[in-house]
Amino acid sequence: MAVAFDEMTGQDGKLRPAYRELSAWLGEIRPDVLDYRRREAEFLFRRIGITFAVYGEADSQERLIPFDVIPRILSAPEWALLSRGLEQRVTAINAYIRDIYGKRECLRAGIVPEDLVFQNPVFRPEMNGQKVPHDIYVAIAGIDIVRVDDQTFYVLEDNARTPSGVSYMLENREIMLRLFPELFSRHRIAPVDNYPDELLATLQSIAPNTAAAEPTVVLLTPGVFNSAYYEHSFLADKLGIELVEGRDLFVRGEEVFMRTTQGPKRVDVIYRRLDDDFLDPLAFRPDSVLGVPGLMSAYQAGNVTLANAVGTGVADDKAVYSYMPEIVKFFLGEEPILRNVPTFRCREDEHLGYVLDNIDKLVVKEVHGSGGYGMLIGPAADKAMLAAFRAKLKSAPANFIAQPTLALSTCPTCVDSGIAPRHVDLRPFVLTGRDKVRIVPGGLTRVAMKAGSLVVNSSQGGGTKDTWVLDG
Amino acid sequence: MLSRTADNLYWLARYVERAEYLARILEATQRLTALPLAYVGESNEWESAVATAGCAGAFYAVFSEANEENVTDFLAFSTANPSSIRSCFEAARTNARAVRTALTVEMWDAINGTWLELRRYGNGPTSREELSRFLRWVQESSLRFDGCAYRTMLRNDAYWFTRLGVYLERADNTARILDVKYHMLLPAHEQVGGPLDYFQWAAILRSVSALTSYHWVYRESLKPWLIADLLILKEEMPRSLASCYENIVTNLDRIAAAYGRQGPVQRLARSVRTRLQNSRMDDIFQRGLHEFIQSFIADNNRIGTTITQQYLT
Amino acid sequence: MRILISHDTVYRYANPPASVVQILRLTPRNHDGQYVGSWRIDISADCRLDAHEDSFGNLTHTFSVDGPVEELVIHVEGDVDTEDTNGVVRGAIERFPPGLFLRETQLTTPSPAIRDFAAALKAAGYGETLSLLHGLLACLYEEMTFDADPTHAATTAAEAFAIRRGVCQDFAHIFIAAARSLGVPARYVSGYFFRSDGVNDQNAGHAWAEAYVADLGWVAFDPANGISATDAHLRVAAGLDYLGAAPVRGTRYGGGAENLAVRVRLQQARQQAQN
Repeated sequence: MAVAFDEMTGQDGKLRPAYRELSAWLGEIRPDVLDYRRREAEFLFRRIGITFAVYGEADSQERLIPFDVIPRILSAPEWALLSRGLEQRVTAINAYIRDIYGKRECLRAGIVPEDLVFQNPVFRPEMNGQKVPHDIYVAIAGIDIVRVDDQTFYVLEDNARTPSGVSYMLENREIMLRLFPELFSRHRIAPVDNYPDELLATLQSIAPNTAAAEPTVVLLTPGVFNSAYYEHSFLADKLGIELVEGRDLFVRGEEVFMRTTQGPKRVDVIYRRLDDDFLDPLAFRPDSVLGVPGLMSAYQAGNVTLANAVGTGVADDKAVYSYMPEIVKFFLGEEPILRNVPTFRCREDEHLGYVLDNIDKLVVKEVHGSGGYGMLIGPAADKAMLAAFRAKLKSAPANFIAQPTLALSTCPTCVDSGIAPRHVDLRPFVLTGRDKVRIVPGGLTRVAMKAGSLVVNSSQGGGTKDTWVLDG
Repeated sequence: MLSRTADNLYWLARYVERAEYLARILEATQRLTALPLAYVGESNEWESAVATAGCAGAFYAVFSEANEENVTDFLAFSTANPSSIRSCFEAARTNARAVRTALTVEMWDAINGTWLELRRYGNGPTSREELSRFLRWVQESSLRFDGCAYRTMLRNDAYWFTRLGVYLERADNTARILDVKYHMLLPAHEQVGGPLDYFQWAAILRSVSALTSYHWVYRESLKPWLIADLLILKEEMPRSLASCYENIVTNLDRIAAAYGRQGPVQRLARSVRTRLQNSRMDDIFQRGLHEFIQSFIADNNRIGTTITQQYLT
Repeated sequence: MRILISHDTVYRYANPPASVVQILRLTPRNHDGQYVGSWRIDISADCRLDAHEDSFGNLTHTFSVDGPVEELVIHVEGDVDTEDTNGVVRGAIERFPPGLFLRETQLTTPSPAIRDFAAALKAAGYGETLSLLHGLLACLYEEMTFDADPTHAATTAAEAFAIRRGVCQDFAHIFIAAARSLGVPARYVSGYFFRSDGVNDQNAGHAWAEAYVADLGWVAFDPANGISATDAHLRVAAGLDYLGAAPVRGTRYGGGAENLAVRVRLQQARQQAQN
């Protein structure tokens, strides 16, 4: 693997301009002061995190996600490129989903194979031919971006269902502002704290036409036992909307109401953090007690907006991912601004042949798997594992894709031994309303805290950083 | 506000209040049973503690006899008893957690801290001293929570629903003590007198923390009819039925005013309060103390059900 | 054949629920083999009945009733002219290409036993799709015993096949699972079956399967009776499995257990004759 691109010092060790002030500051600050602030940050997080941790019951300590106090910085031109690319990608995703549940032109044109859609568990036949308010399917997207050099950002994964993590983006910034005011004063950093306002404006803009002038927006959570419950209550609080569970809502005459102490109140927009399967026992899993019976009939009657729409998984599935560049071209007639990680589709004979021959250099992923399950990292695997995976690939090639192992960019990070480069990714959040697309500058930077590790997932010891977008 | 949120707040307050009450009963009973037999007679005070706690049915399904060990365990620590102190705090915290954002940080810290502390008691204290400390701690936890609610909550419907929970539960608890001990409070006992009854009366007052108040209000030695008067009709006594209903009516009226609409529960509560205001102890004794309390308990339950129907579902 | 249908679904609640919400797929549509003369649905409670078409083209009715509800009767009646088309279903409403009906669902996921069963048929020389499906129909009818006791609405194809017992729903699920495992698109049909043995009163509707044969189109197979569908089959709704075509799906708030009784009466209208 090539030497990773470092966001502060590039490939050649030369300081990159966006990091000039930060680098100087890191040189000035006394290690004990930095260490003190680091512990203070942890303390503050624990305090905020207390509310998060208690939901985790006994293992509350472990559930705190490490926070790194050294920010990750993007220059204004870099962000301009990213945000144009994100807007393009999400616009294409919306057009694609609308087409899949409508005219199916991209299937007829052979852009995406039919079976990849129809056999896909996340495709929802129930959405076929249903109109959604203002044709917006994915109002909230989290697009995972990785960087490999000065010029190149790749999209690693699209999250078009119920992307999470935005509460960390907001809290990371709050804590940095409290701890490092002098560092902020040396930069002009685009704010992120307007995200809740932008989200609310987005949600209100996609209210159904039958809604009142001041549409009622609620956040639907699976409940306190969900691992993201803290984020749900955090967002509901910041947006000033009710945090509801399925049992708080009911359907009458194809409208959705919430039970309040002042009687039933009509609900127009549901920001739902509950998976499709559980939304409505009359349409999906009949054993779901988390959903709202009849919700789909109100949805189909056009009296309520679900954000995101039902069935958006058909756009963020790993199997569909490799077709995204073609999807962008087909629907927008433009070249994709953000590239995909080169991906081999094992369902295609040529690709399969290449993958079998080069499996020791590739990452092989199961298309419907997630969270790193059913994944092979070729360079790290022994002979037996490689052989086992070759056999798996041959027996069901369509279930797999393969990608080269990427040298993700690194960022200076506080670790026990001092400051050292660690691999990072970025999840910006893209809001699509009826009026426009809104992207708060930045996003959630995840960092692999272990040296050399490429795994940024919080479940595997990954941490987070504040993400700064320099203003001009 | 969401009906579920109001429901959680209301029950959160009820459970905390109930835990405190159970602790008081256990404390009073412990004290009474520590006296020589000559002072308290042959009555089984542990039996009456179970009855006062309102869980005789559940208790005798498990135990055949009421004694210090099993009653203490059942009322304080049992997980099988949904109304034990432990279960009350568990339920209170579950309710609190479900409405985390409707609580102030102080309230959350109070209830969550109590819950965390409770885990440290494990399966219960091993000695009488430890039990005493535990029962004190339960009462202090309740006071702390109540104080946090009083001092930090916005005065809106969220606050009023927690108050309704407190007073409805308190009225029920006071009425239950009266229901179990009513025979001790009849005027006929005037002649009996003696140390036996004195300690019983004192225990009743202690279980509603009114022993000192009694003396301030009446400036007399303990008289059963005055105890009944204090616990039923005196609005200045915080745990009296009259005081609870003064508060229930006030809070229901605030809700009705804020919502611009009143319903059956406001009418019901006012009629209960009016009955208490217009009663004199003589009349109550004449028509039967027991019947009076029984009908009060029924009314109080009906108001609970009506609050649920009108606001919480 | 002209069939008169009267179908009552009666819910009785020991403890009346506060409200009931249901979605009905109880209204047949026309295709080349059937023409709906008249049809109506009556609900015993006061409510609004909202009619829609679902994504598969089935007609749905949704309603909600505010309780307390002690009894709820859904009454359906109508008359339908049917023709024997040798099981071939033409002119029905199709909202998806056949390929969609290869999807696995929870109720129709083939167990290894079902896969083996299907593969054995294929190996036994039923080469061409249509004869393969007829083979599947015959073998399933042979292999399975009709028995209403051991299975229920949520029983999967795999579970029913393991005990070789079930009702028409289970037969249809196993047929579908087996057909899909062989790469043949298949779907679930709910409807009514007019019995030729003179038994007019039944305590349930009927269910069977349709499978897609290239060049011929959708063909209906009734594995519970071991026959292709005839003019005795009245097709009401189709979906990926029972859940997608269920006559009634519902939930209720509050209340206790429910008691469900279904009465279906099918009669052949008297032949018209010249005066």
